[in-house]
Amino acid sequence: MKAAVIVFPGSNCDRDLAVAFRKAGFQVDMVWHKDQGLPEGVDIVGIPGGFSFGDYLRCGAIAGQSPVMKGVAAHVERGGYALGICNGFQVLCETGLLPGALMRNAGLKFICRMQTLSVETTNSVFTQNYDKGQQIDIPLAHHDGNYVIGAEGLAALKAEDRIAFRYVGNPNGAIDDIAGVLSENRRVLGMMPHPERVIDANHGGTDGWAMFTGLTQALVAA
Amino acid sequence: MRATVTVMLKQGVLDPQGEAVRHALGALGFDGVEGVRQGKVIELDLADGTSEETVKAMCEKLLANTVIESYSISMG
Repeated sequence: MKAAVIVFPGSNCDRDLAVAFRKAGFQVDMVWHKDQGLPEGVDIVGIPGGFSFGDYLRCGAIAGQSPVMKGVAAHVERGGYALGICNGFQVLCETGLLPGALMRNAGLKFICRMQTLSVETTNSVFTQNYDKGQQIDIPLAHHDGNYVIGAEGLAALKAEDRIAFRYVGNPNGAIDDIAGVLSENRRVLGMMPHPERVIDANHGGTDGWAMFTGLTQALVAA
Repeated sequence: MRATVTVMLKQGVLDPQGEAVRHALGALGFDGVEGVRQGKVIELDLADGTSEETVKAMCEKLLANTVIESYSISMG
């Protein structure tokens, strides 16, 4: 099982994500944003949190145009898995690999704290090891997590059961309390909270761990 | 030649920064500010003969996120 973690200038959760993948049994390659493609045989691409390119223009906008993102798009088109966390979610929206956009938090403040989420679907490799409706505590650390999508797009997300997580108590103004969404084929997940930061009891929680065990199980079975 | 691109949040998208500016103006005693919307202006110095179509492509691909933003282009 092989994971690739993309590193942009300004990424700062890349190593945390690599630690989580390794703990789940993945061989991890760190892939610089200027690389033209992904290493051979990558099962999942992780797009980490941080402030790629200093959030210039819009969060994730410049990173979305990086050379490596062509390889990521091709991987996703082939049906490969991808996980975008925080800035990674913003990058996936900017490239159109996930629908919607992330705006400045409604309260305008940077939010950095633990947040309760509700697991809204178990129909994905990322969420299969949770229970539907289960409440989990995952840390937030973002300034632009206010998820926006048009009425049609929102209706599609709901009808297709593609809302992965909702906030319990909306911290940032996100439409319909949405904290994370799945792609049409359910193999790409973008979310603002940081599951990779809660995989070890010594770091304050383990509610993110089931996401990584879910991935491992799916890929071992495949 | 120069092109000026103005990027604004689409009508109907709540602009929290504009709202904060509106409140601050009210606090300063400027009455009657009924709405503030904040956007950005991007000035492009371009090779002569660059078409508006090309600038439009720049907007669509990078300068604006058309999910939430609209843009206008002024050439010259």
